[in-house]
Amino acid sequence: MNSTLERILVPLGAVAVSLLLFALFVALAGYPPLDVFALLYKGGFGSSFSWNNSLQRAAPLILTGLAVAIPARAGLVIIGGEGAMVLGGLAAAIVGVWGPVHIPLVAQIIMLLSGALVGAIWIGLCGWMRHARGINETISSLLMAYIGIALLNHFVEGPLKDPNSLNKPSTPPIPDANMLGLTPGFDVHMGLLIGVVVALIAWAVLRFTTLGFALKVVGGNPRAAQLAGLRVGRWIIGACAAGGAAAGLSGAVEVAAVHGAANASLISGYGNAGILIAFMARHNPLAIIPVAVLIGGIGAAGGMLQRRLDMPDATVIVLQGMAFIAILASEAVMGSPWRRIAQRLWGIEPATTPVAPAPVTVLAKSSTLEAA
Amino acid sequence: MSAAAESLGWLGVPLAVFAGAIRVSTPFMLVSLGECITEKSGRINLGLEGILVMGAMAAYAASLKTGSPWFGLWAAAGVGAAFGLLHGLLCSLKRVNDIAIGIALMLFGTGLAFFLGKSYIQPKAPNLPSIPLGFWTDNPQLANALNVNPLFPAGVLLAFFLHWAFRNTSWGLKVRIVGDSADAALALGYKIIPVRIVATMCGGVLAGLGGAFLSLYYPGSWNEALSSGQGIIAVALVIFARWQPLRCVGAALLFGGAGALGPALQAAGVSSGYHLFNAAPYVLTLLILIASCSPTRSLQGAPGELSLTRS
Repeated sequence: MNSTLERILVPLGAVAVSLLLFALFVALAGYPPLDVFALLYKGGFGSSFSWNNSLQRAAPLILTGLAVAIPARAGLVIIGGEGAMVLGGLAAAIVGVWGPVHIPLVAQIIMLLSGALVGAIWIGLCGWMRHARGINETISSLLMAYIGIALLNHFVEGPLKDPNSLNKPSTPPIPDANMLGLTPGFDVHMGLLIGVVVALIAWAVLRFTTLGFALKVVGGNPRAAQLAGLRVGRWIIGACAAGGAAAGLSGAVEVAAVHGAANASLISGYGNAGILIAFMARHNPLAIIPVAVLIGGIGAAGGMLQRRLDMPDATVIVLQGMAFIAILASEAVMGSPWRRIAQRLWGIEPATTPVAPAPVTVLAKSSTLEAA
Repeated sequence: MSAAAESLGWLGVPLAVFAGAIRVSTPFMLVSLGECITEKSGRINLGLEGILVMGAMAAYAASLKTGSPWFGLWAAAGVGAAFGLLHGLLCSLKRVNDIAIGIALMLFGTGLAFFLGKSYIQPKAPNLPSIPLGFWTDNPQLANALNVNPLFPAGVLLAFFLHWAFRNTSWGLKVRIVGDSADAALALGYKIIPVRIVATMCGGVLAGLGGAFLSLYYPGSWNEALSSGQGIIAVALVIFARWQPLRCVGAALLFGGAGALGPALQAAGVSSGYHLFNAAPYVLTLLILIASCSPTRSLQGAPGELSLTRS
């Protein structure tokens, strides 16, 4: 089988398996599975209203997906996007409220850039800890996420709290004129365009430039990279910072286009969903766009499941978790001798002499992700 | 605790931190001992956070349904074993990365726990009893502080047992060899995958019990904000403890103390910076990792097959 086709079909098969498991789970929990699927479709993609809702959620998800996918190219598993996202949102709110510039376009650009910068520093720190101190970046990034969320809560409930925000402690609102507008041609805020453009840039850079190639070498074999004269540490920190910038940007977009102020709404789980999206897209920035729309749609349908069938709000997380596990497990059938399996299934004689199956080895499991 | 501070004078705050440290450290200790077993066999399970939340939910539900918190412990252990088995089996597949599976299980476990536990948020389940170690004192505050949950001494005893078992039993040797060098284990004729699956199940059982402690003793209720990353801190704690069970106990107490700082200060009337004090365990974890890890040499005592520490 063509390897590109395999890379698309195997994850799709995994999603299908997880949907079956989810149907079984839902039925066991006492809900009608067909109605659940119908509502998932209706709530996510059934009308122009639900499409808008899905795309609105997809916008930050594209960016948080990139926050996982870009470091993954360098062989790093960063899962703390949520922390970079909330701090990026906080930074955008601070600049938006107290910033000196009042020309809307300039103020918007400064908000977005400061969000990206804070995110880059936050996750870049994880890269630095990895390079300078040998600390596993998965653990450090998750710890940093908890610290980032604590910082957000501290600032919006303490020093930066708007006295007028009673029910939900928030920073003061950013001026209406400085809020982001709509993506041209869509009824969805500018974040969608930003997300798609950033994903396209990331894809082009990773695929067509020496930058992308160097990152792949660093991720594939750090020793070889070192021998080739690449400064591995800089690449590791840079990849983390780039991912963090994407996550921080997503937080800034949420503040500048949706919430209008930094508050606990920023702790939305988008950072965690980004992990799933990146893995489903096999860390390919181009594939992240449709996957983010799909996951955004599932998230959008979650509210409808709650209202119509009185299902718990965690229903969509269960589905996401099942899909995640199935996608990862499907890795095991990648590179299977599909042609021979097909021949056996349909009783066709093998055209070539069968190759001995690769020995099953537990030793060859790599510590880091294979760059997709 | 503020009452304790009043009647005991300046002794009140350290007493509150001490009592809090024992309470808060128990889940850290149980989860890190479990992760210690798993990592000794050469695998890392980042899904313990999800297992912890599932264990907390299962324990609470079982305690509510049967009226006995001890049934809750069994339920949590069973759920933990099942999730450990799932992790162990999935990671035995070709090319399946244990860290990634752990992240997926973290998401799945918490989602499943919130889904199934939705209806248990309101009712009050019977909690685990505590051992009144303060029977000798007339001071009610001191006696209250010395009420210790049986899971704490059980965890300490387990640490001593593991310390002994890793060195002196064939089972301990097997786990260590499988974790240190799969080649050597193969040469000795050990079956690597079953050993790792069992070690991951042991880790799952202990993480489930850690969750049961949260929902059945302290804080002693089930809600979606119950766990605050204890599962993931415990993974970092094992690194800090250099994969030694006894050191896990010490590290857990240290983290328990850091975790008890926020509530103790809040009880003493310090209300600003509450969120920052609550972040103390995470900051402490990072600082300790920065101080104790090194980019050039592999960590002393690290299992050789562990993907976490190989670069």
